[in-house]
Amino acid sequence: MSFNYDQYIRGGKLPHIWCPGCTYGIVFKSLLRAVDTLKIPKDDIALVSGIGCASRLPGYIDWNTLHTTHGRALPFATGLKMARPDKKVMVVSGDGDATAIGGNHFIHACRRNIDITVIVLNNFIYGMTGGQHSPTTPIGHFATTMPYGNVDPNFNIPDLAKGAGASWVGRGTAYHVPALDKLIIEAMNHKGLSVLEIINACPTTHGRRNKFKSPTDMLLWMKDTALPITAFDKLPPEKTAGKFPTGVLFKKEAPEFCETYFALAERLKKQKEKGA
Amino acid sequence: MGTLKLLQGNEACAEGALYAGCTFFAGYPITPSTEVAEYLARRLPLIGGAFLQMEDEIAAMAAVIGGSLAGAKTLTATSGPGFSLKQENLGFGMLCEVPCVIVDVMRGGPSTGVPTGPSQSDIMQCKWGTHGDHPVICLTPAYVQEIFSETVRAFNLAEKYRTPVIIAFDEIVGHMREKIEIPDKGVIPIENRRRPTCPPSEYMPFDETKGDVPPVADFFSGYRQHITGLNHASDGFPVNASPRIHTDEQRLIRKVEGNRKDIIKYETVMLDDAEVAVFAYGVSGRSGKNAVELAREAGIKAGLFRPLTIWPFPEEEVAALASRVKAIIVPELSLGQIVYEVERCAKGRCPVEGIFRVDGDPITPEQILAKIKEVK
Ligand SMILES: Cc1ncc(C[n+]2csc(CCOP(=O)(O)OP(=O)(O)O)c2C)c(N)n1
Ligand code: SF4
Repeated sequence: MSFNYDQYIRGGKLPHIWCPGCTYGIVFKSLLRAVDTLKIPKDDIALVSGIGCASRLPGYIDWNTLHTTHGRALPFATGLKMARPDKKVMVVSGDGDATAIGGNHFIHACRRNIDITVIVLNNFIYGMTGGQHSPTTPIGHFATTMPYGNVDPNFNIPDLAKGAGASWVGRGTAYHVPALDKLIIEAMNHKGLSVLEIINACPTTHGRRNKFKSPTDMLLWMKDTALPITAFDKLPPEKTAGKFPTGVLFKKEAPEFCETYFALAERLKKQKEKGA
Repeated sequence: MGTLKLLQGNEACAEGALYAGCTFFAGYPITPSTEVAEYLARRLPLIGGAFLQMEDEIAAMAAVIGGSLAGAKTLTATSGPGFSLKQENLGFGMLCEVPCVIVDVMRGGPSTGVPTGPSQSDIMQCKWGTHGDHPVICLTPAYVQEIFSETVRAFNLAEKYRTPVIIAFDEIVGHMREKIEIPDKGVIPIENRRRPTCPPSEYMPFDETKGDVPPVADFFSGYRQHITGLNHASDGFPVNASPRIHTDEQRLIRKVEGNRKDIIKYETVMLDDAEVAVFAYGVSGRSGKNAVELAREAGIKAGLFRPLTIWPFPEEEVAALASRVKAIIVPELSLGQIVYEVERCAKGRCPVEGIFRVDGDPITPEQILAKIKEVK
């Protein structure tokens, strides 16, 4: 039997705002399948976003959803989580939202290792505002604010997350869908801050200006350029040039912020009761 | 009899928050407000509450909104530069009708200004700091005891009107130590936001048919909802160009402006027969009180109007005052902000004279007295 997406989609909220050929819809469906596997009750999960095309995703899902200000999804989510540490909190963000205007919140959420799953939809461009370059736009690519080709160096989002202290870091693509389902499940199952970068395509504001003839070309680029981390690690650097690794790139055991904080609060309360 | 304590204004603010049921603080250190955070960093864990020192004030404002959406009573505290950073998310809180309390302990500005000096120059920012039309409630206590009680009132108003409430006081009152009485629990009534009673399937977070302040459901309470900073319909989902935007923004303003009687609070001192009025709040209100006493000793009929609610502005009260006094004097620690609001309401019925000071010292009673003598 085919998967019933309707059970998670809010009635009357479709069609979505995304352009034909945008890969965000692929991620949206993957997320719904992943959540179904995890059997998290709808009332026990919140999805928070900032501003951008990616950030419009929560509006379509029948959970507690919060569409905030540009770049600030993580601190809003941190507030929700600290007020209700027993609930699942997730963030969906664009590359600009997460790593430009929201860069400071991103690194600090990673450092804090608070139990939030962060999904960054990296389409290498500012989609919503019409194609300005972002911190992930490849060097040489054209953007409305890089009309002569991008000269502004990049962030590598998984490296950034790992360096900042995230305890689970992965990367998937909108092309490798079965693998993406599994990565979303693993990211959500992880206790602590998990960052999953999902490579996406924005044909409207990025592809068209950069010699991708069609959205399909952009998916084929993902197919040709992604390498599972296990294969990537075995190859010499000259063979991996221009490719990017996918899969679970990093994980570690680390104290989760809410657990540490509320354990301390509990200890202090007991001490106080004893003292009294 | 409650508990007597010798507290600094900032500490009294923290005590007021706890009394009101605040269980969540997020902030970022900044002089002269930091003691609010430090006090709550010690106290909140003891009651199982959440204390967060965030990476900046933008994050702190976001976190208190998030905490409130999950049902907590939340507080953040800051000063000038940090208050500037909070503005965008403050507007989000106003549009999305999220109860929370923001303390701005005013210091000299613009920019880093005079971090350790008092000021009253954020008062128009309290009203107009965030972009767009928006409702504002802002309280201006002048004594340590008042900081306590006005903080409780700020939480009550935030809950009752489902909106962020600002408390603005200056560095002097924030750092001054005075004896205060913390009343026993229950002495000051505590408001809690109206929550929905309808079945979750019928719940709409901005249902104007339920009144100007629609009930608010907590995240994770079974009432699934969508909250967005885009202009939204009753059900919380975005609307583009629509007459609904106009009527909804009017409702937001109306829920504050239409409840002026409940929200506006002020103290008057010897004002009934006064010929000269002093309009002053915060530390300038303290000097103002002293000045009118000195004037009375000198046989001049002077009186004080001291607002504890500065926004919404006590328009009718100032208009009435302007009709019966010879002049209104407005001392403020800025180069002239609230004086124009007084002038606007006086509508030329009497002269309005400002006394301005931004050198890091308060306006003295003698300065005000000299002005009283000049205009009488
Ligand atoms: C404070 C602020 N600055 C700028 C904007 C304008 N803005 C809206 S979306 C966006 C960029 C979105 O790009 P990205 O996060 O990569 O998401 P995408 O649209 O590509 O999914 C910008 C700059 C804004 N909404 N708020
Ligand atoms: S502009 Fe780009 S990112 Fe936005 S919906 Fe269209 S294709 Fe997708």
